[in-house]
Amino acid sequence: MHYSPILSPQPMHVPDGFLSVLVSLVFWALSVFVIGIALRKTNQSLGEREVPLMGVLAAAIFAGQMLNFTVTGGTSGHLLGAAIAVILLGPWPAILVMTSVVSVQALLFQDGGILALGANIFNMAILGVAVSYAVYSLLSRLFKRQSWGLFAAGFGAAWSSIFVASLALALQLSLSGTSPANIAVPAMGAIHALIGIGEGLITTGALAFLYAARRDLLKRGEARPAGNRGLLVGGVLAALVLAVLSPLASSNPDGLEWVAEQNGFLETARSAFFNIIPDYSLPGISNPALATIAAGILGVVIVFSMTYAIARADKRTPAQESMQR
Amino acid sequence: MQELYAHSHSGIHRLDARVKVIFTLAFVLFLSLAPARAWPAYILFLSLVLSAAVLSRLGIGFVQKRALLALPFALAALPLIFTGPPPTVLLPVFPGLQLSYSPDGLGRFASIALKSWISVQAAILLAATTRFPDLLFALQQLRVPKIFVAIVGLMWRYLFVISEEVLRLLRARASRSASLPGARRAGGSVAWRARVTGGMAGSLFLRSLERSDRVYSAMLSRGYNGELPAAESTPLAPADRRALALGVILLTFLWLLSLLTGG
Amino acid sequence: MDPIINIDRLSFHYPDGKQALFEISLQVARGEKIALVGANGAGKSTLLQHLNGIIEGSGQIRIDGLEVKKVNLGAVRALVGVVFQNPDDQLFSPTVFDDVAYGPIYQGLDKQAVKARVEQALAAVHMGDYAARNPYHLSGGEKKRIAIATVLSMQPQILVFDEPTAALDPRARRELIELLHELPQTMLIATHDLEMVKTLTPRTVMLHQGRVVADGPTAAILADEDLLKTYGLW
Repeated sequence: MHYSPILSPQPMHVPDGFLSVLVSLVFWALSVFVIGIALRKTNQSLGEREVPLMGVLAAAIFAGQMLNFTVTGGTSGHLLGAAIAVILLGPWPAILVMTSVVSVQALLFQDGGILALGANIFNMAILGVAVSYAVYSLLSRLFKRQSWGLFAAGFGAAWSSIFVASLALALQLSLSGTSPANIAVPAMGAIHALIGIGEGLITTGALAFLYAARRDLLKRGEARPAGNRGLLVGGVLAALVLAVLSPLASSNPDGLEWVAEQNGFLETARSAFFNIIPDYSLPGISNPALATIAAGILGVVIVFSMTYAIARADKRTPAQESMQR
Repeated sequence: MQELYAHSHSGIHRLDARVKVIFTLAFVLFLSLAPARAWPAYILFLSLVLSAAVLSRLGIGFVQKRALLALPFALAALPLIFTGPPPTVLLPVFPGLQLSYSPDGLGRFASIALKSWISVQAAILLAATTRFPDLLFALQQLRVPKIFVAIVGLMWRYLFVISEEVLRLLRARASRSASLPGARRAGGSVAWRARVTGGMAGSLFLRSLERSDRVYSAMLSRGYNGELPAAESTPLAPADRRALALGVILLTFLWLLSLLTGG
Repeated sequence: MDPIINIDRLSFHYPDGKQALFEISLQVARGEKIALVGANGAGKSTLLQHLNGIIEGSGQIRIDGLEVKKVNLGAVRALVGVVFQNPDDQLFSPTVFDDVAYGPIYQGLDKQAVKARVEQALAAVHMGDYAARNPYHLSGGEKKRIAIATVLSMQPQILVFDEPTAALDPRARRELIELLHELPQTMLIATHDLEMVKTLTPRTVMLHQGRVVADGPTAAILADEDLLKTYGLW
């Protein structure tokens, strides 16, 4: 049984090409900013244990994403892990752990793009963590008296982390002009509302095991004053904003104004280019069909000559060796 | 679980990891900056990445096999075909049902799918020609915070060990997943199966927490005090610098070409 | 009398090409207790994992006449219970009861039947009082017994063990060996524990680098110093 880490392409790790450069860079900036805060806070709270604890747990979450259960026939559900990370480690370390997981998924396994990594980190490692932290804190306090309070809180936290992250992705896609919001938001939302149930159930199962084995470990996810308040508030705000924004965006079939602005930016760049080189017209470029064919031929020639050169080099080497004997 | 790195003796493998990281990032960036429907430019970007596949001696097929993974996401952009800007054509699909088809939208969809497919090939080559520790070191030299690099490094170290544990958990579960003769439906309910999987996850995380304690003790025993050794940063070799400069110039040229031919 | 396990020219190689088993043939009669010995890397674990279809090699394996192939795996796993080396990998539920109940629940039995099976299985391993306990907190020996119970609750006809006495303290080991004596099922036990082999299993099969190099009465095989030395067991 050899399991690949990507059992099926995960619907939330967006590859390159789907988010516009502007959106990608904005979310890179946001992610880097929050990760910086997370690094400082984690260093304060964990000190030296930070590296071994985060590293091994990140490996566990990454590997744990291979744990699956059959839903029906061919489909299976599995785990993202943001909620469990928050409950076990607290929010700031959870951000670092999930960032590591998402980054390695992108860099090593192409699960998610490189330019898009900023957005993926933001959605899953930051928003997912913040929202599950907020939901877990609120629900566990709300249901403090019930014996099932912990599990309801865990389920809610896990489900929200997936659902809200998918809303964020849908909005990013529509801001990029890739998917119209009135399709992306409901589609992403609906799919991930279902996937979130699986995440919720697995998280509850994990909590049940941990509650039975090491109850003391489940304390860190609860809201602590001072240091974490910012994230708590942030998580609640983000969830609310997305909840309000998504239906608004959906009702506007053309997406938001930003798309037009982005196309405008490109138009500006092009006209600037043409201004510098006024009457410049490459023969054939003005005719798109010819230009495409020319590029195709050029491309084939390039690749073929590379292949030929490599093949020649391979053939020559053993001969060279025998000459040197 | 297998890592992607595939060893071979090629100029690309030998390139400094920093060059490869920066170039791959620039490649994806310039490709993303290209407007829609710049087909000639896309073709040249593609031939650039295919040439790299050939030069790395890993072969085009090697890259293509993995590149298909990115494609299912293209479904997200599919609606563009129907919701794109005018001019649109109304296609009768069923009696009484018409779909509006926008050629402009189709062009945008194809552009997105193509750009995504080409980008993922570049990412595959980066991972396949660079050993992960070298990749991490390059990131560290490129000013990614030391702590973060250390965490990812340790994660990578234990990834395969813990994956083996997961395989054993799955194997143990499979061994107890049997059926009885007769019409009885096997498998329990979906909710039960999900909770059992959760139990496996919980058990895995608990053991990993304890493992991290042991790793911490081992690190302390070898003098670890929270300080991470500074990376001795060597400047880029002239050959690597030239390769990088050449690459970026080439990418800029391709991007300008795309501005001319797209939109 | 037909053998309950019939392995016919089983070969297996890993995806990377390395050959692990070479044309292994083996017959086990109903009720037999057999030891599978060999140096590390001989292929013992690999062979065991073929018996319930976790791994699929070339050749044929029949369990009680049923061929081990994909379409039969559900039925095969009800016949063959495999107990792996590390009990932590097998105990993944919050309570002992839940762990032992997994098999019967999966098989689709109703609540009363599940409860009955669990109680029987726990009684068979002498751990009837442990149903509500959390497996995580048990000692190594206790975990091993529970792991066996998780398999017994499916009422298999054959029990397969991978290094059952590994990492057990002397008393836990002794108690485990006594338990294995008691259980009536056909048993195939991969082990390094030659002392246990002497007392428990009348027949021994020796593997070396993926091949069967000896198969016969335990007393004779374990007394043959040259044989043991040649194949890395001395």
